[in-house]
Amino acid sequence: MTDVAESSTSQLAYGPTDWDDHHHLPTNTGLTNEKITMWAFLGSDCLLFGSLVSTYLLLRNRVGPSTRGPTAADLFDIPFTSVSSFVLLMSSLTMVLAVTSIQRAEMERCKLWLLTTAALGSIFIAGQVYEFTGFYREGLGFTTNISSSAFFTLTGFHGVHVSLGIVMLVTMWVLVSGGYLGPDRAETIEIIGLYWHFVDIVWIVIFAVVYLIP
Amino acid sequence: METVAASEEDTHAEHHDHGLSDVGYIKIAIILGVLTAVEVATYFWDFGILEVPSLLILMVVKFQIVVSYFMHLKFDSKVFSYLFVTGLVLAMAVFAAMGTSMVFWQDPSGCDASSFC
Repeated sequence: MTDVAESSTSQLAYGPTDWDDHHHLPTNTGLTNEKITMWAFLGSDCLLFGSLVSTYLLLRNRVGPSTRGPTAADLFDIPFTSVSSFVLLMSSLTMVLAVTSIQRAEMERCKLWLLTTAALGSIFIAGQVYEFTGFYREGLGFTTNISSSAFFTLTGFHGVHVSLGIVMLVTMWVLVSGGYLGPDRAETIEIIGLYWHFVDIVWIVIFAVVYLIP
Repeated sequence: METVAASEEDTHAEHHDHGLSDVGYIKIAIILGVLTAVEVATYFWDFGILEVPSLLILMVVKFQIVVSYFMHLKFDSKVFSYLFVTGLVLAMAVFAAMGTSMVFWQDPSGCDASSFC
């Protein structure tokens, strides 16, 4: 009991910042506000992508009264997109390994996995740019028809999310390399990881619903 | 003081033991890779009437695995699950609303909102 009393007194004496250092959170829920905010954001992002997927599904076979041209589904290269999907899926593994590395204070490994995740994300984006370029050459642009607009809006928004994720990963790498982010703030990497896994699950839905289901 | 320090270490260790080991995460990734391969196989082989249901089931299983293990939702506070599931339910409600308004609630003249007539 005496030890507990001493500890409480010392914590009060040192002020609120010491709570963070020992993972005892001064919030009502016992959860960090940053993590709650990220989950709330991801929940709201579900709405965004839910709307975009719904729009695409409703318009996928419609080319409009005055516009013609192919639909995206006519031009899909499934083997190529499958490889891209696999790359993004594996980036989730490297992301989670980055999180566990920083939790164990293995900073070099954390940096390696962060860079690997960013590289895999970049490969996915490069694949998407290649795919979009091929579609454009085949006569399918953003304004070709209502179906293509819905397709490019959906996959384009996802691509922007992945690109922002890459920027965040590189920023984390810089912060870890500079010693600004250590094991005591591993949750920062975990929160970025949540965002990264979210773009992965969105692609899981897009790949199945948009690309594979006839 | 040592008692409290030991207690804090226990709590700290317990906090991080809730997830999987690195090997566990690699096994999960292998499972996800296999499920993706099965998904892609439906493009090359004819699964007949089972094609769409199997793709939807595989999609849901992959989604659930990533959310539960990689996003740690299985081991984390229920508050996070509530926040995320709320978004998912609302997204499905949006889909249902759009589907019913654009497909099922047709104009009496036979011209619905999505056919541009």
